[in-house]
Amino acid sequence: MNPLVLWFHKMGSPPTFYRVAGRLLPWCWALSVGLAAVALYGGLVLAPSDYQQGDAFRIIFIHVPSAWMSLFIYAFMAVNGFIALVWRIKLSETLAMASAPIGATFTLICLVTGSLWGKPMWGTWWTWDARLTSELVLLFLYLGVIGLYHAIEDRRQAARAASFLALVGVINLPIVHYSVNWWNTLHQGTTVKLIGPSLIDSRMLWPLLTMAVATKFHFLASLLGRARVDLIELEGGKEWARAIALGEGARP
Amino acid sequence: MNEFFAMGGYAIYVWPAYAVFVVALLADALAPLLRRRRVLAELRGRLLRQQTRDEGTTP
Repeated sequence: MNPLVLWFHKMGSPPTFYRVAGRLLPWCWALSVGLAAVALYGGLVLAPSDYQQGDAFRIIFIHVPSAWMSLFIYAFMAVNGFIALVWRIKLSETLAMASAPIGATFTLICLVTGSLWGKPMWGTWWTWDARLTSELVLLFLYLGVIGLYHAIEDRRQAARAASFLALVGVINLPIVHYSVNWWNTLHQGTTVKLIGPSLIDSRMLWPLLTMAVATKFHFLASLLGRARVDLIELEGGKEWARAIALGEGARP
Repeated sequence: MNEFFAMGGYAIYVWPAYAVFVVALLADALAPLLRRRRVLAELRGRLLRQQTRDEGTTP
């Protein structure tokens, strides 16, 4: 067999994934916490105040990475949901469902920090404009996926039903992203661009990007931890899961 | 240092935002650890019950 396909087959098997994920976990946490600390120092201490927003702009260092993660995790969940629906790979079902609560957490952080930023800058905690409303819909989509997953008794059937809902919700991703271009909104447009120069001072940009990487590692670590537990629960009747349960039972 | 915590007068907005970020992500990190403990305990209990039942049926 093709070595790449072989690798996927091996990683797709729950016991192998459990072992490899366990080895990666501490590194992911360390990178996430370490990079976040560097980013916080850069953002709160080193970066200069904004000439218009003063120090209130410093919320950007958590608000924007959280917003990026809310979209990134949804896309990740949808891709795994698609794989779960088409090829019925158990690991993909697990990854899709494990990523939903993490995505919901980042979406909630994005909404709350945005509200705390909006009050001093716009004079309101909340307004029903395109960007804010579509991000709120994203939170409801996450909650819908989580709710549907827990409403169905059979774990694998539940994962497939919730994956389908996640796929339908993909339509919201471009709406969130382009909402600031398509509609008149209070929310400012894109300042950090993949193509072309970003409209932000480099002393503000590097902490922002560092935090973006830190949140990626947080997601990876949380995802691996959650998927490991889910796999044990899903495969409770199998030998490898029993061995882990009994092996860790020896310890207090 | 006081100037740092004052955040140019925006302290009541900046620090709660950072607090929400840290607390929410901490909760997200701890949730799988707590669930792991519960799932393993449950599985262990099931295995032990099974074991005692099996021992009871064989004379």
